[in-house]
Amino acid sequence: MSGTFVGMPAFPPAFPEAAREAVGDETLRGNLRHATRTIRAKREKAVAEVSDWAELREAGKRIKDHTLRHLDRYLVQLEESVTAAGGIVHWAADAAEANEIVTGLVRMTGESEVVKVKSMATQEIGLNEALQAAGIRAYETDLAELIVQLGKDRPSHILVPAIHRNRGEIRDIFAREMSEWGRPAPEGLTDTPAELAEAARLHLREKFLRARVGISGANFMVAETGTLVVVESEGNGRMCLTLPETLISVVGIEKIVPTWQDLEVFLQTLPRSSTAERMNPYTSTWTGTTDGDGPSTFHLVLLDNGRTDTLADEVGRQALRCIRCSACLNVCPVYERAGGHAYGSVYPGPIGAILSPQLRGTGSEIDASLPYASSLCGACYEVCPVAIDIPEVLVHLRERVVQGGEVTREGNRVVLRPAKGHAAERAAMRAARWTFTHPGALRTGQRAASRTRRFHPRTLPGPGKAWSGTRELPAVPAEPFRDWWQRTHGGKDGAK
Amino acid sequence: MNSRERILGRVRRALADAPADETPIVRDYLREHGERTVARTVELLAENLADYRAIVHRTDEDGLAGLIAALLEKRGSASVLVPPGLDEGWLAATGVTRVADGADSTPDQLDRVDSVVTACAVAIAETGTIVLDGSPDQGRRRITLVPDHHVCVVRVPDQVVSSVPQGLERLDPARPLTWISGPSATSDIELDRVEGVHGPRALEVVLVGGP
Repeated sequence: MSGTFVGMPAFPPAFPEAAREAVGDETLRGNLRHATRTIRAKREKAVAEVSDWAELREAGKRIKDHTLRHLDRYLVQLEESVTAAGGIVHWAADAAEANEIVTGLVRMTGESEVVKVKSMATQEIGLNEALQAAGIRAYETDLAELIVQLGKDRPSHILVPAIHRNRGEIRDIFAREMSEWGRPAPEGLTDTPAELAEAARLHLREKFLRARVGISGANFMVAETGTLVVVESEGNGRMCLTLPETLISVVGIEKIVPTWQDLEVFLQTLPRSSTAERMNPYTSTWTGTTDGDGPSTFHLVLLDNGRTDTLADEVGRQALRCIRCSACLNVCPVYERAGGHAYGSVYPGPIGAILSPQLRGTGSEIDASLPYASSLCGACYEVCPVAIDIPEVLVHLRERVVQGGEVTREGNRVVLRPAKGHAAERAAMRAARWTFTHPGALRTGQRAASRTRRFHPRTLPGPGKAWSGTRELPAVPAEPFRDWWQRTHGGKDGAK
Repeated sequence: MNSRERILGRVRRALADAPADETPIVRDYLREHGERTVARTVELLAENLADYRAIVHRTDEDGLAGLIAALLEKRGSASVLVPPGLDEGWLAATGVTRVADGADSTPDQLDRVDSVVTACAVAIAETGTIVLDGSPDQGRRRITLVPDHHVCVVRVPDQVVSSVPQGLERLDPARPLTWISGPSATSDIELDRVEGVHGPRALEVVLVGGP
């Protein structure tokens, strides 16, 4: 259906299969339980420190909604201000085009290696793989991304892509793999986090100091001033943004905020929601290029890759408010048990369950199954700093999967056919509608059900088996409610 | 049709039936959290800096040069990077080798310098943040990044604001900004915070009051 690539294996299995395997992995479950509980408690404390959290959340939501409503205008304004400040703006409709642009820009510098700041957008488009195919080596410099890259692994969390690894596993990966990529891990490396961080510092230092090309994403782009913002902790971002001569930033078009003042909302809500800090250690802002300070060439690649399709959906477009804090992952009972890989996308967890099927369409097995990867408990909505009603979008997407209907793919209106595998559900719903509109049939059916209640199975046969595999069938009462009412009240004072 | 036109066209079509945007953005969140005296705001800055493992010192104009000299000595620094516009008096009491940041100095050269001393543009009390804006007394972004020891001087109370909104108001978006809240850190191992990765592992903030 859609060619939008979101940085993962071509045909990941549907969520239930992948999740079943993941919940059987005790180490994984232990790692996730430990990490998500740690951060949940800290986030609550960080949020409780600011008395106006509700107002900040509402303002963040409004700013993002307003921006999306006028996205064309703000994109043009951003292009003008970045250009006026000395930057060069490129537009990429999809992953392939973005990769082509970036590869071409790196080639133009004559360099064959680049250092990268952690970026969801470049993960999404599979930039590292595209660069590799062109003979360019991309070094991930965020600690967690480094762990994933060295371990030939896949990211499983938006903020901490190696959250599925514990300290012992990280130690083993460093000891085994660092020498393949550059400076080997120190002899006798232990698994204390401080030593592991030190090993990463030493390993990456030489790469930073010789780097000529840096690649980043951005957390925010300010339309009015042309300023880009990167929020980080380790200083790898600062290294990549200031030491190289050429900087290439690949940023989704929804990352715009209209004004400099708007940052006052997000620079308060993002750090507290993501790492549970009052403020993250480092935030860099830059506007085009500055003489004598930092890269002399700056390219901004504006990425669509399914975002305008998402924008066309009046319920689903709120997913574009996301500021990638990952609070919804940390609080989600499904994510905590199934882990990030089961979501088959670089965007796992609740936000991934509504973002991936919109960016990529619901054509594949995994994307059609993601809207169901939730118990609809609503914890994700509760913690979201831009108030994305994730359960609402999940239900909306379920409806789309089951019923089909009109959607936008790659800019074109198309009509989706109902997905296979939901035929029994549709038949049951049609039968229910008929029954509820025919009172006589309903009464007969209810009486028959009550009389035969002793013989009801505890699980459904045939296509209903999967549904009742995880649920109790509701018990049928000995007497239908309407009969009971008729018998005890005679229907006389029912209107009171 | 090029991709610019294609994307803008898609955006416009996607929004064709979106309702008009009539709800104004209400900024009814606080400009600062709580009411504090100026002295209390400076104290809060010191507390929050220390909470994220910056080492905080307080002195006045007369004690500044002596304090900086003592900090460099205690650290065992043999050399210190000096931004072009740094107040010369600040380093008057130290004999440590001064390294000027030239336009042609390479990252490797910066990596061999032990410490850097700078001023700042603004400090935010509620978050324990100092912001550098590349002014001559702060220098290029790289000089506060590559050396492992950063001494940052904040004039109190003039350069201190309470909150993030007040900080942004004072800053010029056209300048490259670096917001620093404690030494470099990571939460990437089991989502627990560890200080000391790529940026300076030691951040010392000197709050300097009137004479």
